[in-house]
Amino acid sequence: MMRAVVVALASGTIFGAGLALGGMTDPARVRGFLDLLGAWDPTLAFVMGGAVMVMALAWIVQRSMQRPLFAEAFALPNRSDLTPRLIGGSALFGIGWGIAGLCPGPGFAALAIDAPAAAIFLAAMLAGMMLVRLVDRPA
Amino acid sequence: MSILATSLPGFPDAAPVAGLAGGVLIGLAAALMLLGAGWIAGVSGIAARAFAIGEGAMPRSAAFAFLIGLPLGALIVTLLTGAPAPQFASPLLLAAAGVIVGIGTRLGSGCTSGHGVCGMSRLSQRSLVATASFMVTGFATVAVMNALGIVVLP
Repeated sequence: MMRAVVVALASGTIFGAGLALGGMTDPARVRGFLDLLGAWDPTLAFVMGGAVMVMALAWIVQRSMQRPLFAEAFALPNRSDLTPRLIGGSALFGIGWGIAGLCPGPGFAALAIDAPAAAIFLAAMLAGMMLVRLVDRPA
Repeated sequence: MSILATSLPGFPDAAPVAGLAGGVLIGLAAALMLLGAGWIAGVSGIAARAFAIGEGAMPRSAAFAFLIGLPLGALIVTLLTGAPAPQFASPLLLAAAGVIVGIGTRLGSGCTSGHGVCGMSRLSQRSLVATASFMVTGFATVAVMNALGIVVLP
C-alpha cells in the first residue's frame, strides 16, 4: 500500500515534468495544435508520439509479467464495445479541450504555473464529473 | 537547454525536441504506473477516483499522490528551464471548458492520457475510437471559435 503511493507520486511527478517540458501546460501550444486550419503547431504530435512509443514497449513488457513489481495484480480495462456514450462523451471532451486548451493532466500540472486559473478549470471539471455520477446514480 | 529550442522547418512555433522529450517522460511515467503498480495512468479516471466520484482498484491515497505529483513535476521543469509563464483563458471560459471536460471524460471513460497514451499504445479499440472522436471535435472547436473571431488567449 505504501509502496503503491510512492509509485503513484513518482509517476505523477515524472508525468507533470513531461507535460511541462513538452509544452502541454501552455494552452496556446495545445490550441495551436488543434488549429489545423491556421498556424498549425505540430508539437503535441511529438509529445503524443514519444509517449505512445514508450508505452507500447511497456505493454510488451507487461505481457510477460505475472504481476506488477510492487503490487498484487494488474487492474486493467478489458472492454472492447464501442458505445454512443464512449464516442459522444469523447466528442464532448474534445470540445472542452478545444475551448480552453486544457485537458485533465495539464489542468493539475498548471496548479504550479497559474494556480487560480488551474483551480477554476479543475473545480468545474470535478463538478462536471460529479454531475455525470448523479445522473447515473441519483442519490 | 538550447537543443530543446530546436525548431521544425516550416513550423517556426513548433518545439519538436522538447515535445518528444516531454512525451518520452510521460510515457515513462505511465510505464512506471503500469509495471510498478498495475494501473492505467489516466488522469481523468485518477482524478475521479481521488475525489470519490469513480470506482477503481486504485486506493484513493495513491490517486491523490499521483495528482500531487503533476504540479510538482511541472514546477521542477519550470524552475529548471525558466520558461515564461503561459497565458490561460478567462475564468468564464475556463469554467465552461472544465464542466464540459468533466462530463465528457466521465461519459467517454478517459481523456488524452488514458485513451490517447495508455489505450492507443495498447491498440485498444475503444481508445482508438475515443481519441479520434476528441481529436476531431477539438479541431472543429478551435476552427469554429476562430471563424467566429472568439479570442481565448490574449
